[in-house]
Amino acid sequence: MIRAATPYLAAFRARWRTTMRYRAAALAGFVTQCWWGVINIMIYAAFYHGAHDAAGTAPLGLHQTVTYVWIMQGTLALMPWSCDPEIADAVRSGAVAHELLRPIDLWWWWSCRATARILGRLVPRALLIVAFAGLVLPLAGLGAWALRPPASLPDAALFALSILMGLALSASIVVLLNIVTVRTLSPAGGSAVITPLALILSGNLLPLALFPGAVQTLLILQPFAGLGDLPCRFWLGTLHGGRAILALGQQAAWIAALTLIGRAALRRALHRLEIQGG
Amino acid sequence: MPSFPARIVVEDLRKSYRVATRPPGSRAGLAAWLPSRRPWRTIAALRGVTFTIEPGTITGLIGPNGAGKSTVIKILSGILRPESGRVTVGGLVPWAQRLRHVGRIGVVFGQRSQLWWDLPVDDGFALLRDIYRVPPPLYRTRRTRLVETLRLADFLDQPVRQLSLGQRMRAELAAALLHAPPLLILDEPTIGLDAPSKLAIRAFIRDLNRQDGTTILLTTHDMHDIEALAERVIVIGDGRVLADSPFETLRATTLSGRRLIASFDGPPPTLALPEGVTRLPATGQTLALDFDPARIAAPDLIGLLTQAGGSAAPSPLADVTITRPSIEDVISRFYEHHAPGP
Repeated sequence: MIRAATPYLAAFRARWRTTMRYRAAALAGFVTQCWWGVINIMIYAAFYHGAHDAAGTAPLGLHQTVTYVWIMQGTLALMPWSCDPEIADAVRSGAVAHELLRPIDLWWWWSCRATARILGRLVPRALLIVAFAGLVLPLAGLGAWALRPPASLPDAALFALSILMGLALSASIVVLLNIVTVRTLSPAGGSAVITPLALILSGNLLPLALFPGAVQTLLILQPFAGLGDLPCRFWLGTLHGGRAILALGQQAAWIAALTLIGRAALRRALHRLEIQGG
Repeated sequence: MPSFPARIVVEDLRKSYRVATRPPGSRAGLAAWLPSRRPWRTIAALRGVTFTIEPGTITGLIGPNGAGKSTVIKILSGILRPESGRVTVGGLVPWAQRLRHVGRIGVVFGQRSQLWWDLPVDDGFALLRDIYRVPPPLYRTRRTRLVETLRLADFLDQPVRQLSLGQRMRAELAAALLHAPPLLILDEPTIGLDAPSKLAIRAFIRDLNRQDGTTILLTTHDMHDIEALAERVIVIGDGRVLADSPFETLRATTLSGRRLIASFDGPPPTLALPEGVTRLPATGQTLALDFDPARIAAPDLIGLLTQAGGSAAPSPLADVTITRPSIEDVISRFYEHHAPGP
């Protein structure tokens, strides 16, 4: 079992090490996301203060929205931004056929690489944002703008589980983007479609709870909710009992579906590669 | 030691590619919108290639650009599927049993790196150890030996992108051998290398074959690679095997001729040349002759030159050189001779 997993763990470790080396990128991302988070919060604060009549009926209170914004900024690296840049280079140079020279299952290989890359980008940025929004802001007397801790310990555990599932989901989307790149020979198209979809439908631009009530069910069932909105709801403690199980279940179902789709698509793409040459 | 005899059997291998053609010009760009126009063209890359390679041998695969060498290499590596024909490498069909097959071959492409660009060489090796599931004690022994013989110690901790081409090729060779494959496929391993690096790579390949019994198949455009390494040469041209013989046989049959260059202390004599000798354009006081040693022996031809007394004031013969055709000459004549018809 361990022996079977050796190559994939190695891929994970190697990619994690390389990604963690990009300190400057992580710091720059951190600064940008703090800036963006603060602006977001100012806009929400203005809206909430302007709508006194809706204060009691709003699906999320202002401080919940503020926490939501900080979690979203902290987990921005969880979004499937693009295909693996190394795969894109290999596609351009034709070296991608050489991926077939390794005695490995390519879907697992790519998936482990993607997971490591996302995690390597996520961890430093998330820790910095939590430190800034959860510690620095309250100490600076800006407690109203700060990230609040999870609603309870079980909610925190569910949040962690949901984020891990979001990681697997994001990695399986990245593998799909890799496959699209292999088929279309360009990394641009897939990202151009997926990035805006992910940003809007994950709740990154606007918490999904603030969308019109009529589309709430659809919004919660679509796959991108698992990249941010569902983990946030666990953190805020608004998902309990049956709804919590449904949320985790939908994440697991989408991971399974995208894995099956990805494996089938990869098989077809590789078959074509074997026919037409690299 | 190789764990299985890497016998390669290739029978009547055929492969063609479909390429999209696009007529030039802006009007053609518009025509591409019409659904009926789908200008595909089929290009035959291999038109029936057959050969067998015995374990423990070194075989050179040569041919002009576009002849089909790379297609053969890719099919044998398991990354390309032929249209028809039978291929087995050590009993496995490369593309059908790919995962098992690629675990027991090593492949080096001179033009492309298989190591990870951003990783230090040694990290790349460790990754390969895990990919090929090499037990750690075996890995340590092999790595130590390869680092020594390929002189990698100085740059093991450098990322691959910082290596010179010569260093990178040595690292690539080591990377292809960490799992001790019984078959090593080399696609232009010396391309772009300087002379000392080429010599080092050749010596390493020869030793690998002699000491470990590794079967080696290499393609190259450098005929010195072939001369130094290959016991046997398969010439591929236009998708077919044009010749398959020991290198000396190829040289002997293709161009048995010799060239004689004679310099005189004065204008060269005008001679009545015997059968089988042709005079080449030469300048000044030299005379260049191509001759067939089977029809006239070299001493006889020189004798003819020294006794060129027929003319009024013969210039004395100063120097004579006889050359065999260069390997490049042999091969380019061979390619010309077998050039595809119109």
